[in-house]
Amino acid sequence: MTRLRGEDLTLAYDERVVATGLDVAVPDGSFTVIVGPNACGKSTLLKALARMLKPRAGAVLLDGKAISSYRSKDVARLLGLLPQTSIAPGGITTGELVARGRYPHQRVLRQWSVQDEAAVDRAMELTGVRELADRPVDELSGGQRQRVWLAMVLAQQTSILLLDEPTTFLDIAHQVEVLDLCADLHEDGGHTLVAVLHDLNQACRYATHLIVMKPGRGIVAQGDPADIVTAELVRDVFGLPCRVIDDPETGTPLVVPLRRQRVAVGGTAPQLSQVD
Amino acid sequence: MKTIRTGPLSLRVSERAVLTCLAVAALTAVTAVTTMVTGDFPLTVGEVLSTFVGQGDGASEFVVLTLRLPRLLTGLLVGAALALSGAILQSLSRNPLASPDIIGFTQGSATGAIAVIVLFQGGMTAVATGSAVTGLLTSAAVYLLALKRGVQSSRLVLIGIGVSAMMLSVNSYLITRATLEGALAAQAWLVGGLNNRGWDHVRVIAAALAVLLPCALWLGRRLALLEMGDTAATGLGVDVERTRLALLAVAVGLAAVATAVAGPITFVALAAPQLARRLTGASGPGLAAAALVGGLLLVVGDLAVQRLFPTTPLPVGIATGAIGGLYLVWLLATEWRKGSTR
Repeated sequence: MTRLRGEDLTLAYDERVVATGLDVAVPDGSFTVIVGPNACGKSTLLKALARMLKPRAGAVLLDGKAISSYRSKDVARLLGLLPQTSIAPGGITTGELVARGRYPHQRVLRQWSVQDEAAVDRAMELTGVRELADRPVDELSGGQRQRVWLAMVLAQQTSILLLDEPTTFLDIAHQVEVLDLCADLHEDGGHTLVAVLHDLNQACRYATHLIVMKPGRGIVAQGDPADIVTAELVRDVFGLPCRVIDDPETGTPLVVPLRRQRVAVGGTAPQLSQVD
Repeated sequence: MKTIRTGPLSLRVSERAVLTCLAVAALTAVTAVTTMVTGDFPLTVGEVLSTFVGQGDGASEFVVLTLRLPRLLTGLLVGAALALSGAILQSLSRNPLASPDIIGFTQGSATGAIAVIVLFQGGMTAVATGSAVTGLLTSAAVYLLALKRGVQSSRLVLIGIGVSAMMLSVNSYLITRATLEGALAAQAWLVGGLNNRGWDHVRVIAAALAVLLPCALWLGRRLALLEMGDTAATGLGVDVERTRLALLAVAVGLAAVATAVAGPITFVALAAPQLARRLTGASGPGLAAAALVGGLLLVVGDLAVQRLFPTTPLPVGIATGAIGGLYLVWLLATEWRKGSTR
């Protein structure tokens, strides 16, 4: 069963076609990660799945119905979206920002129900930002801020979460922290996660379902990272000669680039001081 | 934040915002009473009240019901409309300097008014209609020019500034073509003001607010989400393009009616939302508070120009600029001293 799928998608910005003929099925309960080199259309695909971009052809289906036929607020109760860049309004506190995630469940005369309060509480608990509730978001570190935004999306209480490059702008420790949090949500909370990631090794470690894209060719491989990530695939898609070994921690595929093969020009290799 | 729940209904309000609104409303009431009882023809509160119920003598009835009350109400409602318009535009463009000027509205509406005065020697209703029509047309043109896969705030502001500059040169050209009399009338319109405003003006602006204020407040929650970026707002279920277009229409409509009634009054649309946001400490657009502050700013300004300079009819825009500007500078300076990050 897949609740979220794209059928024969052609994605384009105005005249510039980014990808054609994309067929994607996001397995329910999976942690799906989309990877590929720059300009392969991975963020564009996520945008289309999130109804941010209307496909030129084909359709994105949510529970078997075209996502464009839903009211936007109805989609927001089924599918949450963590933007790559977002703006915290000046002076807003963490608690207020997380509370805004409840908007799709609220009405003019039902602005703050008991359920709203419980959902915000739980989201802040899961992401470990409860002690930051009264702090202004502008004063937080990058890692804390990303957890706060994630809490806002969780407060939406959707079973599907789309994350657009959730680790960009974070240092490696915070990248791992955010991805561990995502893995916990996937394992304990039964959420279906779809994320765009830059780091192939992080993708292989965390994804249960990997979608590999290549510029001009669309999707070239989909499946369990252990089954599809090979040295040939990485060379073909990224143009990177490498070995793929088992990650000593998790046993998932680990991509190790080959040592550069220097072609000595005119006999001896140049000294560092001679290189300008 | 305080939550009020009864059965399935729940409301969430900030105590500070409510207290601020009450304080602003109280100050407005004090200003209104002062406006009614002072002036060349002083009255007591009792005399003013008796004219309301039809018990006053002829002179006080004329002063209260024909001169002072309609002018006061026009000022209050125009101020509220301009402030709402400014608050919506500042929030939409995420630019604290945005106001109806920025999307070409003010210069565009001036073009219509000047054209009617200079080319057709039109009367007051024709001038008001002309200003509203060209104001709306200019704003629509700016919106359409900025439209490319949806409207981006920065594009809207840049095109608005460009179109404004263009309309300004058209306006200057039109004035050079005018007779001395026409040029004076155009100049008088351009500074705006509340002199000689009667019940017709009150009815127009009250009707506009009765329709547009509820729309603005209803869209206000979505406006707060739009401030977080288009992607985040879409993720939360806001139909971004449609909401933005609706909010722009409300903002332009409010500015159009306010300008048609009182001419282009400077600074209220710019300063009132900023003052309201700082007084309430709100993280959202705070439309109700902005409207109240706008109304207060304009009636205080009008009282000042009427009583401090009784012999020279100064335009109220001069006073709103002076009072609002001073207060805003003082607020910002003390805030930055305290090292707030905003």
